[in-house]
Amino acid sequence: MPTASQISTVPVLVDEDKCIADKGCRTCIDVCPLDVLWINEETGKAHMKYDECWYCMPCEADCPTDAVTVTIPYLLR
Amino acid sequence: MTLPDDIPVTDVDVLVIGGGTAGPMAAVTAKEKNPDAKVLLLEKANVKRSGAISMGMDGLNNAVVPGHSTPEDYVKEITIANDGIVLQKGVMAYAERSYEMIQQLDSWGVYFQKDETGEYDMKKVHHLGTYVLPMPEGHNIKKILYRRLRRHRVIVENRYQAIRLLKDKTGTVSGCIALGTRDADVIVIRAKSVILCTGAAGRIGLPASGYLFGTYENPSNCGDGHSMAYHVGAELSGLECYQINPLLKDYNGPACAYVTGPLGGYTANAHGDRFIECDYWSGQMMMEFYNELQGGNGPVFLKLDHLAEETIQEIEHVLHTNERPSRGLFHDGRGTDYRSKMVEMHISEIGFCAGHSASGVWINEKGETTVPGLYGAGDMASIPHSYMLGAFVYGKICGENAVEFARNRELPELDVDFIVAEKERILAPLKRTDGIPPNQFEYKVRRLVNDYLQPPKITKKMDIGWQRIKDMEADISMLYARDAHELLRANEAQHIWDCAQMAACASLYRQESRWGLYHHYVDYPETNNEDWFCHVQLYKDEKGQMACHTRPVEPYVVELDEVEKNAYQQLRVSQAG
Repeated sequence: MPTASQISTVPVLVDEDKCIADKGCRTCIDVCPLDVLWINEETGKAHMKYDECWYCMPCEADCPTDAVTVTIPYLLR
Repeated sequence: MTLPDDIPVTDVDVLVIGGGTAGPMAAVTAKEKNPDAKVLLLEKANVKRSGAISMGMDGLNNAVVPGHSTPEDYVKEITIANDGIVLQKGVMAYAERSYEMIQQLDSWGVYFQKDETGEYDMKKVHHLGTYVLPMPEGHNIKKILYRRLRRHRVIVENRYQAIRLLKDKTGTVSGCIALGTRDADVIVIRAKSVILCTGAAGRIGLPASGYLFGTYENPSNCGDGHSMAYHVGAELSGLECYQINPLLKDYNGPACAYVTGPLGGYTANAHGDRFIECDYWSGQMMMEFYNELQGGNGPVFLKLDHLAEETIQEIEHVLHTNERPSRGLFHDGRGTDYRSKMVEMHISEIGFCAGHSASGVWINEKGETTVPGLYGAGDMASIPHSYMLGAFVYGKICGENAVEFARNRELPELDVDFIVAEKERILAPLKRTDGIPPNQFEYKVRRLVNDYLQPPKITKKMDIGWQRIKDMEADISMLYARDAHELLRANEAQHIWDCAQMAACASLYRQESRWGLYHHYVDYPETNNEDWFCHVQLYKDEKGQMACHTRPVEPYVVELDEVEKNAYQQLRVSQAG
């Protein structure tokens, strides 16, 4: 069965100026229970790769530089 | 015969699957009991922030504290709330060790609310007794558990999804096969005993928002353990007694009447009137909630707007920093202020969760499943209404017993043919170049569950639903994953598919109505104690088909008074009806 690719808004925002993932930090990526935060290969910063969020907050709470903001997924707002 | 080189094997004494609440307690207990034992904790996410309490918990819902209640009182209350279908010995084993566990957690640094005399500040939420103990600073509980894992040198393996349990020729459990969620590597852990602590099956039904991950339960708790236990030959129990919760609409988190109730908040209908006497979650309470929604008096709300400013601030502090802290953000987005607006509530999708209702992998008072060497604890195992404290107590019970079981056993033989075939099956979606994406497959299963298997349950509907879900077997051979993460979802989706069938099979088998809304079966509207005062056990039969049989309720260890038996049937406030 052939597939299509569709886009989706993501609820977790990462401020690339504050994010220190390019210096080796993996805090938000480690704590996400759904494993949806990954390194953006182009920038070396963390980003939300999959729209599968429980809006549970460890990524925001544990980020050492306050770079992560969790919002409520659009469908729930 | 030996395993191919590309399937690494780790040998341990005790394997704990799931690092949320029960799992860390089980692993730490096993190491305390036998420091020489090799104990491995396998976790699909990361133990630092995994499971139902990743952001903490705002209170104990079932604390049996001397001076406030006795284990006998508690066993009675839980028996009545479950319409009599309980393994009382199992509830008693929890109740007798509840207080000791509170003291253990207290000594580990978990803060429980105390009154001015230094005693635990107990609150009444249940219909009969007093069992709620607030934890306003409960947000740090995972950190405390993590420290204990480190101190006791438990081996932690994060980001592996356990997919199937292994057993030896005698039928004794012998470990598991697991999938790396980052690299799609398949590993085997050979173990002398296994403790399943995989949480609820919280991704069976579809939330009203349509967002697959907007569930009440942490969505990583998708029924992996239920599916693994089923396939290895263990019995599951009470699956027809669904978990259905009264939640904040769309946000799908708890309204937390347990927190607000003792402070004067309550569940109200559209007129602002109280319609239930007791906000403790039970099937009977959910039935009243459902009737109010359907009967023209809905929507249903959490009412706080009559409370004093300092009380509201206290509620906001607890609810917006603990358990589900994005709740404040959600209210802000809709302009909901507790001071001026009631908060809209709704009914959740269905799930399996012993923590709140009574469905799960059958365990006895020792935490043993029906498969030798396999133990279960927490939301996944069958001891009803066990909540967080029950997960800790049964984690401890399982840790003690599993480490003893392992002490008396040699490392088991591995079933090489099975493992090789499983590896092929697990990785298959990654090898295809197109096909059905896991999220579409999952959406379809869960949509069918909502359409056909939610109460009110109707035979004809459930027959159709079960058949349509079964028909999706053909789709499994077309599942397509582009990367390791999608492969994780494809394997989860198959566990969800198993659980959806279990919901249908168990519901059709129990031909009566019981537990209020949880098993409201329209074709059999009455409770029938003559034929159905028993557990319904679901298992895989000798032909590999899903089947059920009954299991008698064991003689009670605490007898009920005739007057008490119907206490949970009388929850409706008379003037509101």
